[in-house]
Amino acid sequence: MEFSFDKEKNKEKIEIFRMFVEQNKEDKGALMPVLQEAQIIFGYLPLEMLQMISKILFVPMSEIYGVATFYSQFSFIPKGDNIISICLGTACYVKGATIILEEIENQLGIKAGNTTPDLKFSIDSTRCLGDCSLAPVILINENVYAKVKKENVKEILQKYRDEV
Amino acid sequence: MITIEKLEQIKNYHRPFLEERLKESANTTIKDGNIALNDLYYNKQTRIALKNCGIINPGNIEDYIAVDGYSALANILMNKSKAEVIEDMKASNLRGRGGAGFPTGKKWEEAFKYNADQKYMICNADEGDPGAFMDRSILENDPHSVLEGMAIGGYAVGADQGFIYVRAEYPTAVKRLKIAIEQAKELGVLGNNIFGTGFNFDIKLKLGSGAFVCGEGTALIESIEGKRGMPRTKIYRTAHKGLWQKPTIINNVETYANVPVIFQKGVEWFKSIGTEKSPGTKVFSLVGKVENAGLVEVPMGMPLREIVYDIGGGIQNGKKFKAVQTGGPSGGCIPEHLIDTPVDFESLGKIGSIMGSGGMVVMDEDTCMVDIARFFLEFTVDESCGKCIPCREGTKRMLEILERIVEGKGEEQDIETLETLSETITTASLCGLGQTAANPVVTTLKYFRDEYEAHIKDHKCPAGSCKSLIEYFITEKCIGCGMCAKACPVQCISGKPKELHIINKLACIKCGACMEACPKKVQAVIKR
Amino acid sequence: MANVTVTIDGQKISVPKDLSILEAAKLLDIEIPALCYDPNLEVVGACRLCIVEIEGSKKLETSCSTKVKEGMNIFTESEKVVRIRKGIIQLLLDSHPNDCLTCQKAGECYLQKYAYEYNLNFRKHNSAMRPQLIDTSSPYILKDDSKCILCGKCVRTCAQVSDRKVLSFSDRGYDTKIICDEDKNLEESSCVSCNRCVSVCPVGALIDKRQINKLRSWEGNSLTVNCKSCQYGCEFEIKSKNNKNVAVVAKSPSNGRPLCLKGRLTTELLYVDNPETPYSKIDGKFVETSWTEALNIEDVLEKINKLNADKSSLGDD
Repeated sequence: MEFSFDKEKNKEKIEIFRMFVEQNKEDKGALMPVLQEAQIIFGYLPLEMLQMISKILFVPMSEIYGVATFYSQFSFIPKGDNIISICLGTACYVKGATIILEEIENQLGIKAGNTTPDLKFSIDSTRCLGDCSLAPVILINENVYAKVKKENVKEILQKYRDEV
Repeated sequence: MITIEKLEQIKNYHRPFLEERLKESANTTIKDGNIALNDLYYNKQTRIALKNCGIINPGNIEDYIAVDGYSALANILMNKSKAEVIEDMKASNLRGRGGAGFPTGKKWEEAFKYNADQKYMICNADEGDPGAFMDRSILENDPHSVLEGMAIGGYAVGADQGFIYVRAEYPTAVKRLKIAIEQAKELGVLGNNIFGTGFNFDIKLKLGSGAFVCGEGTALIESIEGKRGMPRTKIYRTAHKGLWQKPTIINNVETYANVPVIFQKGVEWFKSIGTEKSPGTKVFSLVGKVENAGLVEVPMGMPLREIVYDIGGGIQNGKKFKAVQTGGPSGGCIPEHLIDTPVDFESLGKIGSIMGSGGMVVMDEDTCMVDIARFFLEFTVDESCGKCIPCREGTKRMLEILERIVEGKGEEQDIETLETLSETITTASLCGLGQTAANPVVTTLKYFRDEYEAHIKDHKCPAGSCKSLIEYFITEKCIGCGMCAKACPVQCISGKPKELHIINKLACIKCGACMEACPKKVQAVIKR
Repeated sequence: MANVTVTIDGQKISVPKDLSILEAAKLLDIEIPALCYDPNLEVVGACRLCIVEIEGSKKLETSCSTKVKEGMNIFTESEKVVRIRKGIIQLLLDSHPNDCLTCQKAGECYLQKYAYEYNLNFRKHNSAMRPQLIDTSSPYILKDDSKCILCGKCVRTCAQVSDRKVLSFSDRGYDTKIICDEDKNLEESSCVSCNRCVSVCPVGALIDKRQINKLRSWEGNSLTVNCKSCQYGCEFEIKSKNNKNVAVVAKSPSNGRPLCLKGRLTTELLYVDNPETPYSKIDGKFVETSWTEALNIEDVLEKINKLNADKSSLGDD
């Protein structure tokens, strides 16, 4: 997927983020919270922002990159507007979560871990979401869908497709 | 500044409001000052760590105070020396609820005795076992119990700074903890000069970012320090040199939630529950193919059968029980003939599983045990940090073999190779994640070896779950209604109306849609 | 420091109590296999090869990270230790390319050495191997990830020089790899080609490129010299074959010595019979350069030449 970081368009966000980094730079172990903030503000970790973090926190790029690639919640490519997380925890797995995942992949035409070309959806297969008694569970943005059945997937996705 | 009188005042003022509210909702009983949830499901449980869950409003510190919250902390700060708190903790024999069961009091003593200018208390809220959500429930529904437990620990070991490391997948828990910490600071039960005793204790939240291994103590410390969460080799104890090389105590959420109650009700009371070696209760997340899935808190030593059948209501849909998986990716599968095993640290260890953090996944006859082993290994391979060779390389090889077996491509010597790999990984890995990574394979090999052999030798999956090893077939019962052909997503079923239909096995993707579509009265499609 | 008495493989020895088992064994000339251990680097206990059995302990302990204790009875080659150690080496071999025949590291490679000592071989399989990522962008270092065993020595030694820290681990689990900066190649990265990493790599993952095809490790002679370009006096090895000096390689950067490219090139120019063209990195690109430029002595040389010229012109008068 090709994309570039638009500094002009993100001007305000960059300023907000710079403030955050400056505010936290004295804290021990500031790298994690700073990367988490970048992920929230930009939806991914733009290289330009990592370079900024490196300069302000005096952490070498190699270390930042090492940390960013270690944790699965950090991403180097933008995520879609709607993030679908399919729980693949034990309970959900036992109750057929892979069938639901396959159906979502088919419906959207992308595999887990990817984003649709229109940037509308990203699919993540996640670790246990802690809603095991409602298995199988999917999470779209902050909404939990419990006891999902294969035949309901299309309808669930449609709701988000229709959003502008 | 808060005083013990003020705390009492809040309690007395607020308690009637809480009781009134609970009476209105009518799902609780108040007896002898104890509030309990109504329902058969709860009646069979003994709730200590979960005692306030579902009863108080987690967003309101006064609710927590109304159920004696922060009274243990107040009492300790006013009346007990650090050494006395440690002695009480040791006497209670509260064992770590995060999995390994190390005695909490002993742990605290290590840090208490070690001189340092700065010490830390950490709450491990990186609950990552798939199928487990005990800690999440406590953090979301009773956050103050964890804060109070940490403050008591902080006083005992001489720490003035606490950190709660919460996994990123729990946004609600983070939100509620933030509110709880703010309220506690505002009231003065956290912060400086708590209850005017000169004791200072602050708590900060630290978030994970999706790495299961950070549940391992030293990896968690590395992560708080802003590094890759790779476990440290144990040259020093974390109670001596932990976070930023300072004495550090790490306890799990449920452990902390037990602490205030022990000091409220007394060590003897606590020891009267559970078994001698494992006193108290344990919260389990009972999930999988069980009728009543949910959180269950029971006295240690309760036989597995009681948990699954009496509380869990047995297996769903009248299916046959096959196994219970305890302890997540580090645990093992317990077969039917061991279902009367008492659930405590020692008994579970003896049969090759572990208590773990409390995941309990029930499996029925449709669950393939080889595939379950493969599922857990896939998890471990994904989550291995990559630091040490046995875990990084060994789990990968194990997974490759298991993947082959479930695809029907297993080879005669695979079982032996799995056993050799298990020994290497278990014996030589650096941290707990690696040392226990082979457990799901070891226990399934021990108790369900025949299933492995069926996959390898006969190319059959006895549970009928491994896609590559099953086929769908239409029997003579077929009435030729065409429902199956309509439902088939790859159009591989053919047949004239009112005549026997046939599945093209080469094209079939084994999705099972035909079996579902076949009218209930007919049931002509079978899996074999 | 107080001493303690321990028994290692049946031999009693009294050693200072802050020694690790591995260090104590060394005093008895018992060499415990280890891939990630280096006396000059932080102990990480990652390779697990140095496990030993201690009487009374169920678990095997890594000898690099376990300190000696009074009365310890240690077995470095017990049946169990050997079985597990073999298992670990085999796991490494299973991910490693079978090309010792042409590998520049052959003869000096620790994986090869331990495979030989424990009689282990490569096995044929269709499963995963290390990725075929080979970085040829630098004229000084060949970085071959397919041979990397992820011991992390390179990362640790690079981090010891505070303004370098070019190397790091990235990703995790089986996909872990060693990267430069934000996963750049050596040429585009901030790497200064000091070759500290090369000097500590136990396998053929980091190779001094200027040594390749010149000689095999067992051929010719090597002579250790001290660098003359600054007061640190880092050690270099002069490799010679058929009475000709063919290459200079960096020795371990011990005793707080930094190692640097300029020092290595200076040594190369001084000792090697036919030194290859030097390269300089300019704006993230390696370009061929002259020796005077590479050693940054253009001004000096110009001045000397000028002085010499002046002198001779004066003499003419």
